[in-house]
Amino acid sequence: MDLYEYQGRELFARHGLPVLGGGVASTPEEARAIAERLGGRVVVKAQVKTGGRGKAGGVKLADNPDEAQARAADILGMDIKGHTVHKVMLTVTADIAEEYYFSYLLDRANRTFLAIASVAGGMDIEQVAEEAPERVAKVAVDAVRGVDEATARDIVTKANFPADVADQVVAIAVKLWQAFVAEDATLVEVNPLAKTPDGTVLCLDAKVTLDENADFRHSDHVAFEDKSAVDPLEQRAKEKDLNYVKLDGEVGIIGNGAGLVMSTLDVVAGAGEEFGGVRPANFLDIGGGASAAVMANGLEIVLSDPAVRSVFVNVFGGITACDEVANGIVQALELLAERGEAVTKPLVVRLDGNNAETGRSILDSANNPLVERVDTMDGAARRAAELAQVGV
Amino acid sequence: MAIWLTKDSRVIVQGMTGSEGSKHTRRMLRAGTAVVGGVTPGKGGQHVDFDGVRVPVFNSVAEATSATGADTTVVFVPPKFAKGAVVEAVDAGIGLAVVITEGIPVHDTATFWAHAVASGNRTRIIGPNCPGIASPGASNAGIIPADITGPGRVGLVSKSGTLTYQMMYELNDIGFSTCVGIGGDPVIGTTHIDALAAFQEDPETAAVVMIGEIGGDAEERAAEFIEANVTKPVVAYIAGFTAPPGKTMGHAGAIISGSSGTAEAKKVALEAAGVKVGKTPSETARLMREVMTG
Repeated sequence: MDLYEYQGRELFARHGLPVLGGGVASTPEEARAIAERLGGRVVVKAQVKTGGRGKAGGVKLADNPDEAQARAADILGMDIKGHTVHKVMLTVTADIAEEYYFSYLLDRANRTFLAIASVAGGMDIEQVAEEAPERVAKVAVDAVRGVDEATARDIVTKANFPADVADQVVAIAVKLWQAFVAEDATLVEVNPLAKTPDGTVLCLDAKVTLDENADFRHSDHVAFEDKSAVDPLEQRAKEKDLNYVKLDGEVGIIGNGAGLVMSTLDVVAGAGEEFGGVRPANFLDIGGGASAAVMANGLEIVLSDPAVRSVFVNVFGGITACDEVANGIVQALELLAERGEAVTKPLVVRLDGNNAETGRSILDSANNPLVERVDTMDGAARRAAELAQVGV
Repeated sequence: MAIWLTKDSRVIVQGMTGSEGSKHTRRMLRAGTAVVGGVTPGKGGQHVDFDGVRVPVFNSVAEATSATGADTTVVFVPPKFAKGAVVEAVDAGIGLAVVITEGIPVHDTATFWAHAVASGNRTRIIGPNCPGIASPGASNAGIIPADITGPGRVGLVSKSGTLTYQMMYELNDIGFSTCVGIGGDPVIGTTHIDALAAFQEDPETAAVVMIGEIGGDAEERAAEFIEANVTKPVVAYIAGFTAPPGKTMGHAGAIISGSSGTAEAKKVALEAAGVKVGKTPSETARLMREVMTG
């Protein structure tokens, strides 16, 4: 889960990292109140989970509470690369003498963590990394040993931080590591890590990604979830423990196993080229042992997407038995009809693997005119795409 | 022969008395796996009866290995306890740890991996969040259904569970030497490259199917490895061409960030290394069939 900047800043503050005073507002009035509390000049920043907000006009200075309210009114509701701004963060301003960069992240390739540090921080860090890689220090961090003062000093030395800030950066590096571990983050990034004219080093931005697998030991992380930004269908699916991702096509997809469902999306998109470019409407992995209830919930979610014109149920019975899946489909259709939500869109079903023959005959004897059985994944994808063809 | 798991492998199950652990221990035994013990702290001394086979339970991996001579463990313990379980297996010096558990925090995986490395890499870790490893007709450690295919000369390495089963099914008339599900988590113990290297060395494996998906650069690195080191034919399939950037689709590993890690980039890298990449699982199976039948 990626955090908003204000959440990252809050988390940094909790771990004793030096951040600027500030607050977060959902309305211009709230922004005004925060500006009054902070006093003096403030910066108003759009809270969106995408880069380039400065260039899009999402970051503005305000000299007094009136201006803060006006700037917040400008920014709230703004669309930045498809993200609507629902919140703005206000902080006091800081003069910047130098901009540095510091982050910890997961290094998948080496199965460890990595510290990345540079004295050439700021907006162009990616360009620096590309054009002058020697100016960006990358230091592997052992997951067991972690970052103590000696390791932090090693990173700071390798990145050539100036002597006058080295001690401060070492202290920040240790605390940032502690936050990284304590919060089960996969990324903590400070850009810029800024030196003010009086020589103080401050974290002026906070980019944090948390590992949702670790939620069981972080009951407080639930509060970071942003329900307003989640697609309503995805939210409903989540409440039912379904792994659903909304996409923008016309063919609803239900399958078992993340890899098989991803593959199904690809095969449907490929088949759809022949039928006016129809695309998959969603990703839905119902996992192993799909019961009738899970299938009903899944079908309900997929069918309540108005863009869906046909549904492709693609199941390979490994541990899952296809006869159970077939029963699940039949019962799900009955269940939905009983709830007054009778299915009206065609379903293409492909069952293969464990007990496939029995599963197929269950579907055949149920004889539902909306359910069509195709025995191969490629063939079924093609048929589902054909049924979803726009204008037919 | 096969890679890593053979008919001589002596297997223990960590978390055998739990519901998943006991369900799959029964299946492993039915597949002919030599399951010689289970580990559940506090339940040492008990036995579990699996259709007439009495399997002893031990309090620790060390107890289990010294009593049974086990060289392989299959880990089913819940995410909360998985790190401790794997560290214990490593400390007991077991040769192969197959971690089935899904949902382990990545800090925990990175920690047990670092611990395994610091302990001298004596333990091969497969997974986590994987279906396990099966050498058809010989042994089965994990949750891969044993009846999909029989033994043969194709090696299979895959990030995805159901796609593994799908591929085994499509080529079940040809058969497999070993099928390894390496798991889709961001940090995994055994990589595509490890499996490719082992299949290259295995005299019973004639060709390899590799299944990858979006996220990370493991497939790109595997492509480089194949070009330099693998002389056996390799056929590949990559899932996730249609996945939108930044969305997680079930596997924590299947996240695209920026331009690297896309399915297209992986396909291009593999093809440049001379690997045939199928557009669908069925087409991939067809390509392998051509390799095997000439």
